[in-house]
Amino acid sequence: MNENVLIDVQHITKQFIRPGAQPLAVIENVCFKMFEGEIVALLGKTGSGKSTLLRIISGLTAPTSGKVTYRNKPVLGPVPGISMVFQSFALMPWLTVLENVELGMEALGISRALRRERALHAIDIIGMDGFESAYPKELSGGMRQRVGVARALVMKPDLLVMDEPFSSLDVLTAETLRSDVLELWRESHMKGILFVTHNIEEAVLMADRIFIFGSNPGSIVGELAINLKHPREGQDQGVQDLIYEVYRLMTSVQSEGGAKAHLKKNRIGMDYQLPDTQAGQFIGLLEEIGERQDKGTVDLPGLADSVRLDVNDLFPVLEALSVLGLAKISEGLVTMTPKGHLLLEADITEKKIIFAEILLDSIPLAKHIVETLNQAEDNSVSEEVFLEVLEDYFSKQEADRVLTTMIDWGRYAELFAYDYNTGMLSLEDVN
Amino acid sequence: MNRPIYGTPANRLLPNLWDILALLFITAIISAACFAGSHMSAPYKVGQVVPLSMKSSLLPEYALLTIARMFIALFFSFLFAFIVGTLAAKNKRAEKLLIPLIDILQSIPILGYMSISVTGFIALFPGSLWGPECAVIFVVFASQVWNMTLSVYQSMRTLPFDLIELTQIYRLSLWQRFWKLEVPHAIPGLLWNAMISMSAGWFFIVASEAISINHQSIFLPGIGAYIATAIEQKNLGAIGLAILTMLVVIVFYDQLFFRPLLAWSEKFRGGDAEDAQESWFLNLLQRTDWVKHLALKYAVFSNRIVNAKFLLKKAPAYKVHVMMEQPYSLINNILWFGLIMILLISSALMTWKFIFHALPFSAVVETIFLGGVTELRVLAAIILSSLIWVPIGIYVGMRPSLAKVFQPLSQILAAFPANLFFPVFVMCLLEFHLSMNIFSVFLMMLGTQWYVLFNVIAGATMIPKELKFAAKNLQLKGWVKWKRFYLPAIFPFYVTGAITAAGGAWNASIVSEYVSWGHTTLIATGLGGYITQNTIEGHFPEIGLGVVVMSAWVVGINLFFWRKLYNYAEQRFRIERD
Repeated sequence: MNENVLIDVQHITKQFIRPGAQPLAVIENVCFKMFEGEIVALLGKTGSGKSTLLRIISGLTAPTSGKVTYRNKPVLGPVPGISMVFQSFALMPWLTVLENVELGMEALGISRALRRERALHAIDIIGMDGFESAYPKELSGGMRQRVGVARALVMKPDLLVMDEPFSSLDVLTAETLRSDVLELWRESHMKGILFVTHNIEEAVLMADRIFIFGSNPGSIVGELAINLKHPREGQDQGVQDLIYEVYRLMTSVQSEGGAKAHLKKNRIGMDYQLPDTQAGQFIGLLEEIGERQDKGTVDLPGLADSVRLDVNDLFPVLEALSVLGLAKISEGLVTMTPKGHLLLEADITEKKIIFAEILLDSIPLAKHIVETLNQAEDNSVSEEVFLEVLEDYFSKQEADRVLTTMIDWGRYAELFAYDYNTGMLSLEDVN
Repeated sequence: MNRPIYGTPANRLLPNLWDILALLFITAIISAACFAGSHMSAPYKVGQVVPLSMKSSLLPEYALLTIARMFIALFFSFLFAFIVGTLAAKNKRAEKLLIPLIDILQSIPILGYMSISVTGFIALFPGSLWGPECAVIFVVFASQVWNMTLSVYQSMRTLPFDLIELTQIYRLSLWQRFWKLEVPHAIPGLLWNAMISMSAGWFFIVASEAISINHQSIFLPGIGAYIATAIEQKNLGAIGLAILTMLVVIVFYDQLFFRPLLAWSEKFRGGDAEDAQESWFLNLLQRTDWVKHLALKYAVFSNRIVNAKFLLKKAPAYKVHVMMEQPYSLINNILWFGLIMILLISSALMTWKFIFHALPFSAVVETIFLGGVTELRVLAAIILSSLIWVPIGIYVGMRPSLAKVFQPLSQILAAFPANLFFPVFVMCLLEFHLSMNIFSVFLMMLGTQWYVLFNVIAGATMIPKELKFAAKNLQLKGWVKWKRFYLPAIFPFYVTGAITAAGGAWNASIVSEYVSWGHTTLIATGLGGYITQNTIEGHFPEIGLGVVVMSAWVVGINLFFWRKLYNYAEQRFRIERD
């Protein structure tokens, strides 16, 4: 049994040390094993730490604590045998397709003639014949990623790791490339593929096992084995059922984890990380839910499909709705609350008043800002003051993001005004 | 991906302790150089001063000599930029020390380097022209190198993260990584900066080929010396010929060097090649057979160097995770901070001894006042250039076909050393008895106004089409159109141009506040005139003081005015394009 363990991830934790503040945990206590012959997907939102985990596994980043072994040897740096495909393709713009594919072999000291031969063969396999002398900027996204795959395969990897390999491509291109990679997988000597994605359908279509990744801090919150035969089609009932199952897992996780205990008591603290969505966006989704609810229950896969949002965009919006008490999400279903109805049916002026009340009621940060502004002399305070408060809980960048989101919500509710030039928040709308 | 425009202000904002150390250190070096100069003026012989032959048939030869100096300086600048820039980017300690140093060195007026360094170089090669020769090359070097070093540093600090990871996962050695990733990534920025600095360099080389120091005139065979001699002899025909020769040189430089290099550097840029530079000369070269043949030879050769077997790293057996940061040891820390302290204290002492000890405090106050006068002139030059060239720049930039002609033309004009035209202006001043104090502003403008024009044209051509259509659709007219559309749209570009122009004007002040025609000399009140006058008279502590105070003025104005304006412009008026 131990013989064919490819990757063993043991209690990996990654924290970022911040001067003068608590260290920020990005990944907490992640454990899993990956076996020979498996395709494994790490599924989660962007920013959940799954890409960081992938980098720890491939030796590009050191974990704060814990250990990764690859074929029973600890990973202490980049390992020969693991090749990587990048989300951004990571092609050197000044090298031709051929030179890009040759790069890894140059590092091994393989002679010019031999590496040319192997590179040409890899380019041939991936279907890029005739593009050898092209520069990356001449190629479309799909073609560029083909070069990225060829560059990884030419190293004859034991394990292929891919970081969101298809998410910069359009739907059709991604589908073709995905099935090409699966075909290569069956024909090659690779012993495993580990990939990160936020696309539920992609995970279900490709993987043998899916680990669902929760955020803040990143950790595995669910696991799903898939026994469907390849090739799988998005329309297959088996695939559809599994997609629904993943949504169900993710949303039940959502109400337990994520905003966690706060939600049950309907109280969250100042350290609550406002989801990255704009007020206009979640009000829009609320309207959509309202329309669909008239016709029956609203399930997440259907909703995601009709508003064309992927997990990255949909879940923050759902979280916003649920945290503000406008909708309830559980078991892959969405239901609008009476409060949600009230908001939806109000006219524009009333809407703002109701929304303002809801914000003050359920978001401590909103309340804090309004109270601070009330106490200030001329009812205006610099954004720096609030950023400083938030930086106790978040990284600088995230604090900035949270405040920007808060300002957007607050402006929508006409709770306070914000002057871009001076960076001042104020109660009166000075116009 | 926006092309960096003419002149790139550094991005660093506020001075910290390291800047102060750097400022002190450089002040000390300047003082020491001047101190040494004042003690060396006795054995100060460059051999027999040979009067320069004014035969016009010698002009091509002079031009070649001037060009040769230019390229020698360029070679050393590349060497320095790569070594120091890489060091600063890779080593945190080197970075802390080097970057503030370069920042300050960058603010020293270029011709100030001449006054300070020439005595040292002459002492190195007593009795020969090699001393002044080196000094001239050093001046051109100093006019290019800081910019280029900062550019290399910036590029190496902003390597795309995914590409770094790529070199790690495929375990490229540091040597391979340098050639495959770091150098190519640095090339577009470096070449652009080198070309811009080199364009400005013609001005300095012409000015420094003929230098008077300590009542002695040194002429190095070259266009600059030719025109200086012509001025002495009031030989108008010779001046005209020199200007003509220079024009030919600049056009050749632009077409055969500047443009082909920029077009070639396109290859190292990611992103779409929409605003790609074109060069007929490069196209021609790339199509010829022997160049193709050479390229192949080069590829094989560079493969040998980059992938040299003995430089390949063997697969290391790691004990600790290689991606963890290793802290410095205690002894290492103590030594480092000890070194810094020694540097700090000795700099302070040297500055005190060489400048403030030799000169009364009132001299310091006087130079600061003179700096203020020159500052006013610089501002006047900028305002005048803006009034003239902003409307013209916008008019041209809004018409793409016109812009296509004007853009390269203004580049050529910016490269042309304006000081060649000084004698013509001086004649006018003498003829009409005009005030030098006022009209030296025009001399300053002569070389630097093109930066404003160039950038405004660039800004206007980059206004998105939709905005133009919207302005038309709303029937914007007259002042409203200027106030709400044109001026805000080009503002960030204008600021960049104005900053570059201001820097150029400060540099020009050294030659434009002190001019002569035959044996008549006109001096304007100002710091530039002060430095030149003291150089000619050999007053070394005064030169040191003048250069230091001028640098302080430049740094101060940059800090409290230009950078604030630049940030404001970037935040408020930058049109985001994708």
